[in-house]
Amino acid sequence: MNIVDAVLAHSPALIVAVPLIGAFLTPLVSRLNDKLRNIFVILVLGLTSSLVLLLASDIFTKATQGLPSIHRYVFGSQDLALPVVRILFEVDGMSIFMAIISAILALMAVIYSWAFMKENTGLDKYYTLILLMTAGMLGMELTGDMFNFFVFLEITSISSCALIAFWTHKGEAVDAAFKYIVISAIGALFVLFAVALLYGQYNALNIAVLANAIQYTFLDKIALVLLIVALAMKAGIVPMHMWLPDAYGRAPSSVTLILIGATQASLYGVFRVCFTLYGGVFNSLVITSNTIGWVIATLAIITILMGVTMALRQSDFKRLIAYAAVAEIGYMLLGVGTRLASTYINDYGQITFPAYGATALTGSIFHIMNDALDVGLLFLVAGAIYYATKETSLNRMGGLARNMKYTSIFFIIGLLAVSGMPPMNGFASKLLIYESTYQLNPILAIIAILASIMLLAVFVKVFHSAFMGPALPKFKNVKEVSKSMLIAMGVIAAIIIVFGLFPNLVVENIVRPAADALIQHSSYITHVLGGI
Amino acid sequence: MFTVDTGSGFWNPIIWVSAIVIAFLIMYILRGFGKKEYKEKTGQTQVFLSGNPEYEKEQMHIKASNIYWGFTETLRWVYKVLQKMHTGDVSDYVLWFVIVMAVLFLVVGVI
Repeated sequence: MNIVDAVLAHSPALIVAVPLIGAFLTPLVSRLNDKLRNIFVILVLGLTSSLVLLLASDIFTKATQGLPSIHRYVFGSQDLALPVVRILFEVDGMSIFMAIISAILALMAVIYSWAFMKENTGLDKYYTLILLMTAGMLGMELTGDMFNFFVFLEITSISSCALIAFWTHKGEAVDAAFKYIVISAIGALFVLFAVALLYGQYNALNIAVLANAIQYTFLDKIALVLLIVALAMKAGIVPMHMWLPDAYGRAPSSVTLILIGATQASLYGVFRVCFTLYGGVFNSLVITSNTIGWVIATLAIITILMGVTMALRQSDFKRLIAYAAVAEIGYMLLGVGTRLASTYINDYGQITFPAYGATALTGSIFHIMNDALDVGLLFLVAGAIYYATKETSLNRMGGLARNMKYTSIFFIIGLLAVSGMPPMNGFASKLLIYESTYQLNPILAIIAILASIMLLAVFVKVFHSAFMGPALPKFKNVKEVSKSMLIAMGVIAAIIIVFGLFPNLVVENIVRPAADALIQHSSYITHVLGGI
Repeated sequence: MFTVDTGSGFWNPIIWVSAIVIAFLIMYILRGFGKKEYKEKTGQTQVFLSGNPEYEKEQMHIKASNIYWGFTETLRWVYKVLQKMHTGDVSDYVLWFVIVMAVLFLVVGVI
């Protein structure tokens, strides 16, 4: 075994261990030198991202060749017969897809923070919390154990809360953090309760073991509802979204970027519950699958409409983007709802789903990545404007394109991408969702398209208010932001353009294997259980 | 590499970009047929305002709250309902969580 193979074999553990160890070392490094600490944190997250990409390359290569691609990493005894404590990490296409998003967002956030946070004190704690949060998110995405998922959910929530309240001198930040921790604690409590219900019945915590054993009893139904509702609240789905504009709007922009990853990790939980944990149930009970599918699709449409309508009314830059982010979550959920609602019994009496069901899920998963990039870029732009002008209200902005040329270009890229304008990445994923949803129900697709047009109107308003118009005397001395902030925004903008121009490259090599990993429920169970 | 199969259609950004480039070229050519007597920085380009006095440039920038005023005013009743929902009180956030949970319990047949 050469060193690359050895690293690859242990990468599921290393991906979580590296930022976790880095988090505990950061305060020590910080005592030596601030610059050294910043470099150290960037290196830690750079190494984590490299490990994620290495594992992703192996998984996606195998998946596209039709080979078994799930990586299983056992902490503890390999022998299933032994009654010992054992934790499993099960990394399939979907897990690693989410891990790529989290790792990239975290890396960009720390690069951006170099200049953005330089005037703040307590940065040793700030970077420690960022690394802890990253470890938590990655743990949620890679684990194959329900209790472990809960633990990582808690790590993510607590570190997120502290980071939201980082600007403690602003009362609103503390208020937003308090709301966030209340919501997170309640959500996590119900997740724990659901895990206990499943453990009480099946004496197991492993997702594959539970998915194999689940009978859809009365208690299973309760656990299903608790898991979906708690994770949906953490993902910001309407009408449980109200914490999100507070948290996204009040946290430093670099933190908001990682918060997007944390929100999506909860959304990943919803995907895992619907397609893996209860995948067998939904694959065998058409009515249940259709009912849950329609409930999710309805919630998705309400989420989209609510997000867009509220965004149109906002005059605070970051709150406006936060509501747009709520709408974007609705698009992701719409694909999931369409996939579940499209299940039917064919002429041979087999339960199956049409091709558009798979397309909907592919579009939905593709949109997770696009949303993280597009909304993330817009938040970074909002942060850059705050950094340069100390303004957050759009009513007090104007003419900034004259002073901040690169930031303006990045905003235009983000604007077009988030509104689903061709040829940006957001268009490709939204098109997949529109076309598949149209085949389920045209009204859903029409509402989704109209909402996307409204989203464009929302960001045109922002562009006009902040960047266009005459030069305002108070912004006469405003200059373009520092290089580290421009690099972070530039990298994300470049990825948006590449994904927009080469959508099939992304869909075929990354998104489709992730969607297949979710759809092929039985192969997940067979691979994991067969290998222990 | 470029074409995404959407099941009932396809999406190729290169075709779209090419079409946009061609459209811009046509626009540029058409622009060439424009009036030759047009002169920049002359009276031809000055804004003509009648009636109210002209404000300073800085005062003429339309604020974000005023954009789409007609739209938001028409939908005032919708915004009234939405604003009532968004109380900012964390107890209400939890209430919505309980409501959604109750609805889902009904849907899956627990209650």
